[in-house]
Amino acid sequence: MSTATQSAPGTPAQRQEQQSVRSQRRLPRFAPLGLYLGGLALGAALSALTGFSLVTTVIYGVALGTLAVYVAARAVEGRRQATDRLVTCLVTTAFGIAMVPLLSLVYTVVTRGAARFDGAFFSNSMFRVVGEGGGAYHAIIGTLIITALTAAISVPIGLMTAIYLVEYGRGRLKKAITFFVDVMTGIPSIVAGLFAFAFFTLLFGNNVRLGVMGAVALSVLMIPVVVRSCEEVLKLVPNELREASYALGVPKWRTVVKVVLPTAIAGLGTGITLAIARVVGETAPLLITVGLITGTNLNPFDGRMATLPVFAYYQLTQPGTSPQAFLDRAWTAALLLIILVMALNIVARLISRFFAPKSGR
Amino acid sequence: MTVTKAPTEPPKQRTVRRPGDRIFAGSAQGSGIFILLVLAGVAAFLISEAIPAFTAASEDIPGGDGLTSYVWPLILGTLLGSALALVVATPLAVAIALYITYYAPRRVAATMGYVIDLLAAIPSVVYGFWGLIVLAPALVPFHVWLADNLGFIPFFAGPASTSGRTMLTVGLVLALMILPIISAISREVFSQAPALHREAALALGATRWEMIKMAVLPYGKSGIIGGAMLGLGRALGETMAVAIILSGGAAATLNLVSNSNPSTIASNIALRFPEATGLDVNTLIASGLVLFVITLLVNMLARWVVNRRADFSGAN
Repeated sequence: MSTATQSAPGTPAQRQEQQSVRSQRRLPRFAPLGLYLGGLALGAALSALTGFSLVTTVIYGVALGTLAVYVAARAVEGRRQATDRLVTCLVTTAFGIAMVPLLSLVYTVVTRGAARFDGAFFSNSMFRVVGEGGGAYHAIIGTLIITALTAAISVPIGLMTAIYLVEYGRGRLKKAITFFVDVMTGIPSIVAGLFAFAFFTLLFGNNVRLGVMGAVALSVLMIPVVVRSCEEVLKLVPNELREASYALGVPKWRTVVKVVLPTAIAGLGTGITLAIARVVGETAPLLITVGLITGTNLNPFDGRMATLPVFAYYQLTQPGTSPQAFLDRAWTAALLLIILVMALNIVARLISRFFAPKSGR
Repeated sequence: MTVTKAPTEPPKQRTVRRPGDRIFAGSAQGSGIFILLVLAGVAAFLISEAIPAFTAASEDIPGGDGLTSYVWPLILGTLLGSALALVVATPLAVAIALYITYYAPRRVAATMGYVIDLLAAIPSVVYGFWGLIVLAPALVPFHVWLADNLGFIPFFAGPASTSGRTMLTVGLVLALMILPIISAISREVFSQAPALHREAALALGATRWEMIKMAVLPYGKSGIIGGAMLGLGRALGETMAVAIILSGGAAATLNLVSNSNPSTIASNIALRFPEATGLDVNTLIASGLVLFVITLLVNMLARWVVNRRADFSGAN
């Protein structure tokens, strides 16, 4: 380990001892943490001198803490170890930086959204409501209908495409589909909305707004997600299962339906649920295809519908006579959206946990 | 289903293809082709609805100076916000990916990855709310500081906005939104870095950072680039957060901290489309077509970069 070549004074034994001590000189186990905390405290003190604020405290503290660890490591352990410790500090700080906005966002939405998180919000629509009161019943129902319709369009197409890619696909068509599905995941949501608008304008004439237009727009966004996740899952089904099925004389399509799909059902459920979570909060395509109304419309093939994200957007940006009431409803709608997405994520995890195939070998 | 056509064999010997098989295979292939048709349809319908804006007289276009001068500031705004987001998010995302894969305690690493992924799950309209109400006011002192101390750089020329609803705030929110995308892809390639290389580096006495520098980063480079470009694609098309936060105008300026900002293509569509009629609709769809082409190019390039690595990584 030690490669020091300069001749140190003293007997060889002494020299060796000196070297081995030098190579093993490490900071005590909790010293870096202590130094870092010391730096933080110093930062707080510095911030207090220049007029205390949380932001400067954190900035000074993290900078000083990192510096303290680096200098101490440099003095005791040498340059290479010091760089290592510096990078450790930086990388951990980066993670912390990402946590700050997440926590702030969740805190803000929960505290501000709690004001109107009541029964009326879930049972009333905005029909003939100009000021306080009212709720998002119509928007919740609209979101559920349009999301269900989107899933009804996207899941069969996405799943069948995934089956094609894994079970049947060969050659250039498979390559083309794989590539363009990847490219499709990057279509901006607003462009998907414009597509649905242009499509239905050509069919039904100008300025048409229908719930189903929103479902078509969202499907453009959801199909590639379903394809990708289902494809990954189907690839994991072991080939031995398929071969065993063929050997018993089962036709290919029944093998897929009765052997491959049931084996992969947990992953498929997870992937589809996450795909739904991806589109349920989409605002832009619904804004330009479905619009917003104040009453409840249960028919996606007839006129505008209200949806939760668009409802939240208009409550925030177009407050009427009593801005606070509109703002409260906007935040509660935002809170509901986050709860919806988180719930879908948790459901997806639960599906993958409880429906996973038994792996007893 | 290979059919051998030996001349002596009678045709009766062919493998039986049941109708169920043919229907199933056909509908599977049909779905795949349908997706290609949808993508082609997106382009076709956008073009067909955008044509009136291309052929219209330039004084009929909103703004009165023709399509190019209408779209140009929007393109500038879109690129500016996305570039800022990319510059901020990429190093942060790579650091986070490294932290989760190689620094965090094993037991909590998976949970941390899940928490970062949650950032991607939050709807963009909620980011918009948060950016407008919390982040923009909080960043006003930062705007003032930038304009005072770094005003000689054109980006921070000032005068600093008093509301914080600027391109800088938008860029930071966009950075937050693309962070999970870049970090997820980086994480994946980092964790695939060959264990033999990593262990060899450590066995030769490398510190953890030297191991990462020598064995992980070179391996994951194209993954980082591809992930960053996918993030760029997302940032370019991001609509609601920008529409809510930015107080956009038609000013084509690089100034990030002042009150006059160029709007972005997507947010401009979202803000104007609901009330637009006649040629305005076609103009907006034409600008959407421009956005579609830009994101398509960025995404195709990104996929090409990512897939090129997959070909020889041995991971498949």
